[in-house]
Amino acid sequence: MEPVLEIKGLKTQFQSKGGLLTAVDGMDLSLERGETLGLVGESGCGKSVTALSILQLLPKPAGRIAAGQILFEGRDLVKMSAAEIRRIRGNEISMIFQEPMTCLNPVYTVGFQIQEVLRKHRQMSKREAVSETVSMLGLVGIPEPAARIDDYPHQLSGGMRQRIMIAMALSCHPKIMIADEPTTALDVTIQAQILDLIGRLKEEIGMSVLLITHDLGVVAEICRQVVVMYAGKMVESADVKELFAGPAHPYTVGLFKSLPRIGGKEGALSPIPGVVPSLLHLPSGCAFRDRCFKSNSKCVKEPLWREIRPGHKVRCWEPES
Amino acid sequence: MSKLDPMRDLLRNRSATLGLALIALIVIVALIGPALAPCNPLIPSPLDRLKGPSSAHFFGTDSLGRDILSRVIYGSRISLAIGLISVTISLVPGTLLGLLAGYFGGKLDSLIMRLMDVLLAFPAILLAIFITAILGPSLPNTMIAVGVVYIPHYARIVRSSVLSLREQLFIQAIGHLGGSHGRIIWGHILPNSLPPIIVYATLGMGTAVLQAAALGFLGLGAQPPQPEWGAMLSEGRQYIQLAPHVAAFPGAAILFLVLGFNLFGDGLRDALDPSLRSL
Amino acid sequence: MLGAGVMTMAETILSAEQLTKHYPLRAAGFSRRTGTVRAVEEVSLGVRKGEVFGLVGESGCGKSTLGRVLLRLEEPTAGKVFFSGGNLGEFGKAKLKQFRKQAQIIYQDPYSALNPRKQIGHLIEEPLVIHRVGASKERRDRVAWLLKVVGLLPEQGTRYPHEFSGGQRQRIVIARALALNPQLLLADEPVSSLDVSIQAQIINLLKELQAEFHLTYIFISHDLSVVEYIADRVAVMYLGRIVELGPKKEFYAAPVHPYSQALLSAAPNPDPTAKRQRIILTGDVPSPINPPPGCPFHPRCRDRQNRCLEDLPRLKELSSGHWVACHLR
Repeated sequence: MEPVLEIKGLKTQFQSKGGLLTAVDGMDLSLERGETLGLVGESGCGKSVTALSILQLLPKPAGRIAAGQILFEGRDLVKMSAAEIRRIRGNEISMIFQEPMTCLNPVYTVGFQIQEVLRKHRQMSKREAVSETVSMLGLVGIPEPAARIDDYPHQLSGGMRQRIMIAMALSCHPKIMIADEPTTALDVTIQAQILDLIGRLKEEIGMSVLLITHDLGVVAEICRQVVVMYAGKMVESADVKELFAGPAHPYTVGLFKSLPRIGGKEGALSPIPGVVPSLLHLPSGCAFRDRCFKSNSKCVKEPLWREIRPGHKVRCWEPES
Repeated sequence: MSKLDPMRDLLRNRSATLGLALIALIVIVALIGPALAPCNPLIPSPLDRLKGPSSAHFFGTDSLGRDILSRVIYGSRISLAIGLISVTISLVPGTLLGLLAGYFGGKLDSLIMRLMDVLLAFPAILLAIFITAILGPSLPNTMIAVGVVYIPHYARIVRSSVLSLREQLFIQAIGHLGGSHGRIIWGHILPNSLPPIIVYATLGMGTAVLQAAALGFLGLGAQPPQPEWGAMLSEGRQYIQLAPHVAAFPGAAILFLVLGFNLFGDGLRDALDPSLRSL
Repeated sequence: MLGAGVMTMAETILSAEQLTKHYPLRAAGFSRRTGTVRAVEEVSLGVRKGEVFGLVGESGCGKSTLGRVLLRLEEPTAGKVFFSGGNLGEFGKAKLKQFRKQAQIIYQDPYSALNPRKQIGHLIEEPLVIHRVGASKERRDRVAWLLKVVGLLPEQGTRYPHEFSGGQRQRIVIARALALNPQLLLADEPVSSLDVSIQAQIINLLKELQAEFHLTYIFISHDLSVVEYIADRVAVMYLGRIVELGPKKEFYAAPVHPYSQALLSAAPNPDPTAKRQRIILTGDVPSPINPPPGCPFHPRCRDRQNRCLEDLPRLKELSSGHWVACHLR
């Protein structure tokens, strides 16, 4: 089966005061139907920029896609016009963000905002839109949905707003949902509810999810495939069980070692030394080499993206085995 | 690296640089003025009344035969002094009041700000006329009047800056470390409030000169024979048809001074703002 | 006194008795809500010298407010706090200033905790200047030493905060907190705004500093895995009250209060093969403006009974040092 989303060689750049910044360098990604793929990395690694590139949401004129293809069911999103992309956004591919208030207009009721999406993309009448909105709110677990549609965003809690945002994103039964750190700002018990919800809805609607996060716990919970990014490049990609059982890239290894876990072993955490380099001053060759415990003379040359085990790819000269 | 950045941004801004150049020009003229002026600006010369611009008098002469170029040059000192002194009279009490009102809040804040609101309710020029009328028309009184009129503006700006700073963690941290209110206000809040004050003061220089010129125009400012540009404008009014140069040159001088401060002040605001936002 | 323990010889450095903090709500804007935010309700606890006392809970539980009231950064509405035996509420200006030398804070947000217009050397030196400790040269030497202790270079003292990364700024905050040689540090979510790989660096640093300088920590966090790593005892807060308090190992092995159980099971586990025995709570994290009667947790508790709707459960000691506020346990 053809993957629902395929990214090939994506390169996204930003013009900044300090020069040209390559936020995403050579991204390849393949999202299957009904699958959840996790894009993992720390701040500045390029994961959010990848998501924004897919829906042409980069800040203009500073950001642009310099190269690559983003194939959605065979159609290249990079080449689409603004009008064509608008038909897809919120409709066939939708996105939810870390902070719900970035999507919710404080001066309109939440009901109105969801109805707006439904009437624009699914050409519903007002009555149909209201009824569908109530059922969407019920679907995302909002108690008393008929009463809630007249609430304003500020009257609702963070967890509820996140659910509203999910309801908006799902209202047109998209084929793909891009979730950018959807639960980072939420309390852990609410996070559990939201992740559970996304999982259930995915099954019911048959949606694919591209989950962007820095939280490896969340990845372990709901993703099937994982891609790890560092300084704009993919450094490792594998099935989730395979990745957690045997991470190959020293950065991934370092991340796992530096995580405190409940019920984990006693003894000191082993943090990764140093800091993420600025994208304007990347070292030559492998961007991770200044912090890597096994870097050697080979690392001044950029490592190739290779498959070390079936389905498990790494960008490293000396991957762990 | 950090402190030089705003300067670099500023110099890249062409209109700001132009403004700075205009200001610099006028300052230089004011400083070396007397050496430049070809004639004594105060001595009347009845034989040379209302002569147009010529090689002997580049800017022509006024109704008393005095060389306008020399008067404009000497006037630059007066205008710059007006700007500096008026702004200082506004800035010092205004900042103090704004700091106290913003930091301590409560009844003190209400009291101070109601007072400021009363002052602000009057149009600046009317208030200045009123004060000058009470004190008596003279140049120093003009400076005081214009200064007092703008105190509430500084108080407001500083107060709003203090209100937002007061909530910042790094300000609260000084209290947590055992620092006194005084230390917090002088050592931390004031330095962080400087950018808006500086911008407003720069723009305020231009405003002060204009206000003083207006007062001078009304005869309430500098008294004859002082070559204050506003007074010169007023004098030139009568001769607009006959000898427009009498008003035109001091008018242009005012224009350039105010323009210079405005351009530079705008550029300063832009240069200081983004780096503030990124902090 | 709660938590001080009858069996141990460790002295209590800080304790609280029925500490309560309420904030009045003024009607603002278009919402007509008036009322009281009951941020902290009748909290009693004792922090032992040299321990790491972990305080966990979700948003609105009052843990940050409790921390601030414990250090008298805010005045309590009711209740008392004792520091090394003395009633903190009765400290006059001078004694309070002395107290500030002995109890310091590490903040959550390293980006706003440092004055952007001052060199970091001056920022670290400031507590010494405020308390008139040492002469100029001695202070500079101490600043250089503090920078080294937190893993930075003394030469960096002339730089400005924005020239440093988040993790480095947090180190500067820690250096400043240590300047006066405090006994007690309140760490309020010290690693929450940092990247994952940097969190481990700072947690390790805090652990080393505790050992080297015999510090006592009150460690506030919503991240249970971080607290498990660093704390000796853990207290769980819900709607302004402590619902469970116990030694770390016991707590994580077998949490007793239904909320603690839900909290622990909700924490995402970085192990895809682990079985998910999730307790998913219904409803939202409650607001401290209108706490329910009886047990604050009863609206979301699966096991609730009639008694829970009316009677407020008090903390009772289940086993040595392990306290729970629940009718059903």
